[in-house]
Amino acid sequence: MTALKLEHVVKRFGEFVSVQDVSLSIEPGERVALLGHNGAGKTTMMRMILGLTPLSSGRIEVLGSAPGSRQARRHTGFLPENVAFHGALTGREQLRHFARLKSVPARVADDLLERVGLGPAADRRIRTYSKGMRQRIGLAQALLGQPKLALLDEPTSGLDPVSRHDFYEIVHELSAAGTAVLLSSHALTELETSTDRIAILSRGRLVANDDLASLRRAAHLPIRVSVTTTDENVEEVAARLGGQRINGHSVELTCQPDEKVSLLGRITGLGEVIKDVDVIPASLEELYRYYSTSAGEKK
Amino acid sequence: MSAILSIARLEMLIARRNMWVATSVLLMALFSVVLTLAGAGTGANLAASPLEVAVSSITTLSVYLVPLVGLLLSFDAVSGEIERGTLALSLSYPLSRGEILIGKFLAHFAVLAFAVAVGLGLTGVLAIWQNGGPAMSFAPLWRLFATSLALGSAFLGLGYLVSSLVRAPGVASGLAIVIWLVAVVLYDLGLLGALVADGGGTFTKEIFPWLLVANPADAFRLLNMPEAATAELASGLSAAGAVSGPAGQLASLLLWPLLAMLLAWAAFRKVEP
Ligand SMILES: Nc1ncnc2c1ncn2[C@@H]1O[C@H](COP(=O)(O)OP(=O)(O)O)[C@@H](O)[C@H]1O
Ligand SMILES: [Mg+2]
Repeated sequence: MTALKLEHVVKRFGEFVSVQDVSLSIEPGERVALLGHNGAGKTTMMRMILGLTPLSSGRIEVLGSAPGSRQARRHTGFLPENVAFHGALTGREQLRHFARLKSVPARVADDLLERVGLGPAADRRIRTYSKGMRQRIGLAQALLGQPKLALLDEPTSGLDPVSRHDFYEIVHELSAAGTAVLLSSHALTELETSTDRIAILSRGRLVANDDLASLRRAAHLPIRVSVTTTDENVEEVAARLGGQRINGHSVELTCQPDEKVSLLGRITGLGEVIKDVDVIPASLEELYRYYSTSAGEKK
Repeated sequence: MSAILSIARLEMLIARRNMWVATSVLLMALFSVVLTLAGAGTGANLAASPLEVAVSSITTLSVYLVPLVGLLLSFDAVSGEIERGTLALSLSYPLSRGEILIGKFLAHFAVLAFAVAVGLGLTGVLAIWQNGGPAMSFAPLWRLFATSLALGSAFLGLGYLVSSLVRAPGVASGLAIVIWLVAVVLYDLGLLGALVADGGGTFTKEIFPWLLVANPADAFRLLNMPEAATAELASGLSAAGAVSGPAGQLASLLLWPLLAMLLAWAAFRKVEP
């Protein structure tokens, strides 16, 4: 069964259209990153999926049920943006409470606290937690009961790089066990290797929805090739390849994706003077900028 | 069911750590003891038993205090969660809004019951200590306890209603104070004014008694002080008590919590976190 299906979903706030005709579906085990600038409509979309706010038009199906239905909620894990808890409670009390609401044994909650690295702080009041620690409780509660759908709204905000790495490892385990994951972010670099598909939302419109390689191909963004040469040959190499000299021993070129192989051939053809070659595909940032601005122009 | 209990448990923890329990208990205990000791001196001269005198003065006080404690415990229940941002997460769990409300109610009801029990318990102990217990009837004390809980429940429900209708805790607390003022002070003043203006006409005989008993605070007062010679509404009160009777007063006191909780639930269902 498809884990999540959106069909022509629209959300208006008065005149303002926050989410505009979005269709999207996610299969079990798929990890989809939802990218978009501030105010693009990511949070609004998640709130509609959870049944926290009604749609203006369109249709959403969560695990075959209506959004917000008990059936849907039982199998959905949610990590809200800027997650908050009551400061007077300890991490363990809060998580065990959520476990009871999901009919999960207290032991599972305790294990999850360890899993997200909160073991030593579990019996301290949440008031004393750092933002990153609160984020971890948020993540732990979203994992309770092995959800079939996980909605994570800006899950890595407030986490340091090591924690981010741990976070994506957990997401990987989740999806490997069959959970469909939809996570929103505007921290792009970390998503390259940790998601299966990227959906880009721009001013409420879905302007891209594909895996990274296909997005790169369709965008036709130039590839950068960086060539390192021996110091005395750098001028000559730059002239022969038609590139830009960067410093005493490297030259940078750009080419279209379909010219890449022939360009590499020409470079290696120069023989001994070439020390090293780096091929740098368009970064996610560049892709993101391309898709969100070209959508803006079309509008 | 387990969801309701889990919420009640959590709210009780929060109430304890936020010092709401301590504050409520302290308030009730302090005033009960002071009034019991103050009543002991005057009781000797009158026919009434010392306990009855104490109950009578504690009733007068409870009319103000119990609704206040009820509103204090409840005004933040929904608006506070919206402001903290914890409500959206709670609502993503598989439980209904009715269950959330009932869970909170159970916790706050327990806090209220504990505070009232401590206050009245102290009153009972003091009365026994002063007069020797065996001959005394504790029925008025039990009645005061039960009716206090009903009165408090009504204002818990009104607190949840306010909390769901306005999203900001600051505004909710202001509105709660207004409700309290109207119910325990202004309503009676208004009726008194109308009585004076009417000068013993149809309003006084036909309408006033029902208006009086429609206010849970007044129903509470009538039930606990049937022969209220000392009440503010001296002239009207005893007549009114006779018209509505204990059954009407009890009905008012029991229907208000139900009505308030139903309204709160209807308002809470419309809340978008
Ligand atoms: N309750 C609301 N009332 C009016 N406008 C809203 C409301 N919620 C969100 N919006 C608007 O919808 C747009 C999308 O918001 P949001 O979904 O929070 O964006 P994102 O999460 O992508 O940053 C924003 O312009 C925001 O102002
Ligand atoms: Mg957002």
